Amino acid sequence: MSLSTALKTGDVTALPSRRDEDWRWTDLRGLIRVLPEAAPKFEGEVAAGPFAGLTDGEILFVNGRHVATSGQGEVMGLRFVAATEKASQAASYALVVEPGASLTLLESHEGRAAGYISDVALDIAVGEGASLTRIVLVEDEAEAVNVVTASVDLAAGATFNQTVLTGGARRQRIETHVAHPGAHAQVRLDGIYLLSGQRHADQTTVVTHGGVDGVTSQLTKGMVADQARGVFQGRIIVQPGADQTDARMGHHALILSDKAEIDAKPELLIFADDVACAHGNTIGALDEEAVFYARQRGIPELEARAMLTEAFVGEVVERIEHAGARQIAAAWVAKQLGRSEEGGAE
Amino acid sequence: MLSINNLHARVEDKPILKGVTLEVPAGEVHAIMGPNGAGKSTLSYVLSGRGGYEVTEGSASLNGEDLLELEPNERAAKGVFLSFQYPLEIPGVPALTFIRTAVNAQRRARGEDEIAAPAFLKLAKEKAASLKIDFEMLKRGLNVGFSGGEKKRMEIFQMAMLSPKFLILDETDSGLDIDALKIVSEGVNALRSPERGMLVITHYQRLLDYIKPDRVHVLAAGRIVASGGPELALQLEAEGYDKYAGAAA
Repeated sequence: MSLSTALKTGDVTALPSRRDEDWRWTDLRGLIRVLPEAAPKFEGEVAAGPFAGLTDGEILFVNGRHVATSGQGEVMGLRFVAATEKASQAASYALVVEPGASLTLLESHEGRAAGYISDVALDIAVGEGASLTRIVLVEDEAEAVNVVTASVDLAAGATFNQTVLTGGARRQRIETHVAHPGAHAQVRLDGIYLLSGQRHADQTTVVTHGGVDGVTSQLTKGMVADQARGVFQGRIIVQPGADQTDARMGHHALILSDKAEIDAKPELLIFADDVACAHGNTIGALDEEAVFYARQRGIPELEARAMLTEAFVGEVVERIEHAGARQIAAAWVAKQLGRSEEGGAE
Repeated sequence: MLSINNLHARVEDKPILKGVTLEVPAGEVHAIMGPNGAGKSTLSYVLSGRGGYEVTEGSASLNGEDLLELEPNERAAKGVFLSFQYPLEIPGVPALTFIRTAVNAQRRARGEDEIAAPAFLKLAKEKAASLKIDFEMLKRGLNVGFSGGEKKRMEIFQMAMLSPKFLILDETDSGLDIDALKIVSEGVNALRSPERGMLVITHYQRLLDYIKPDRVHVLAAGRIVASGGPELALQLEAEGYDKYAGAAA
């Protein structure tokens, strides 16, 4: 059951539905009655992506087709552009980070048409002692459906840092599977979702610790307003023998409207002894006392709420190692919350 | 300046203020003293517009402008500043960012240009130095991990940066040791001016040794039951509030 299978076969019954436990909050079968035509080859010019200027080169997909790869270096852009409305597209890409190498992947999903259906599958291998930072900025159109699935296979001593930034879509799922060998490998797995209107975003992660002494640090923060719906599913599996695993998962979200919804399922499945695993999951509203405090100092209510929300998710932004990407992330948060860049007090 | 006339307010169904009448002219500092539960904090919240309080009768205005119809941020832009008894911690918002956002929001509300970053920083450095605030502290989350004294100093710092027309100090002395009390009082006294009025709300006379009021009012059971000069505070300190319990009933 997957969107990519449905797109390949044209069979809507292959779509994941509410009856699939892992998809019960992100029902595609109930939403999509007919699969649209595959998007045509795109002939026009593609404008620069959100990480332009930060990358040494980029790998560009448009309408599911690989269009160009330019340049190379330690900071690469990976772009998936949807350019044709009400069309479907599927892309897959495999990436290997050689042992000892270091790569920052600035990945963007750019919805530039209305109502498309997109599926992206990434297959990533990070070699021994290598390091990959993956920053994923998903800017889908409001009526789009988008599923991005990444499988990340780490070798011993590898480092994998990920931050997913998403504003949702009609239905959207960003799924990450990490095979964690332990053996000093380190994983940071973060996310931010900021949703309004009727948007839906699902951040699903599965981390499997297979060996001793692996570290996973996970922090996702989100905000839902209006009738939006946020989904967080985080699963960490510690297999037999994966002793000295240190895994920490946090998911914290704000609900700013009575009609908004958050569904969260943190899962720790531990089959080893001598591990340190913890998870925290909180869902609440903004502190009204803090809102009043800010208003008493002259800050209008909407601006006060946006400022406090920005501060709430700011902790996740601060964990992004790459300074340029961190700035883009901070600016994206401000834009999502309707705030101009007020920061420059320093 | 501040004009309160027959102000009644309640929280849910419980009347708290039962006809407060008070006039604070520009240039004067008035103290409001009273036992716990008299309505002192309610008065400060009603004047600053906090939610949850319903005004059922009476009026409050600043320089002739009705305050009660305005949003809290509009009142702030008109010059009302409430120094909180327990200032909030705002994680993730550096003090400087918070204050600059507030300064510019007030300026926009008044139709003025926003302050430029260099001018803002210069002013912030001056004011911080005069309040003995380490400038590095202003780059951290507002009030996060600060001691009670530091939080109160940060309130005075915000006052100095926002330059409000009318100050309401709600139990500013609570949680302060003598040294912190002196620094905070000096900061408040530095803001005394012929154009500015102040309402100092306190349970204890101690604060008034440092911030000398022009007038002292006793609030008991939702009404002003006595008014006088600074000597009234000393008398209260000696005799307690007991004798006003009857007057209020």
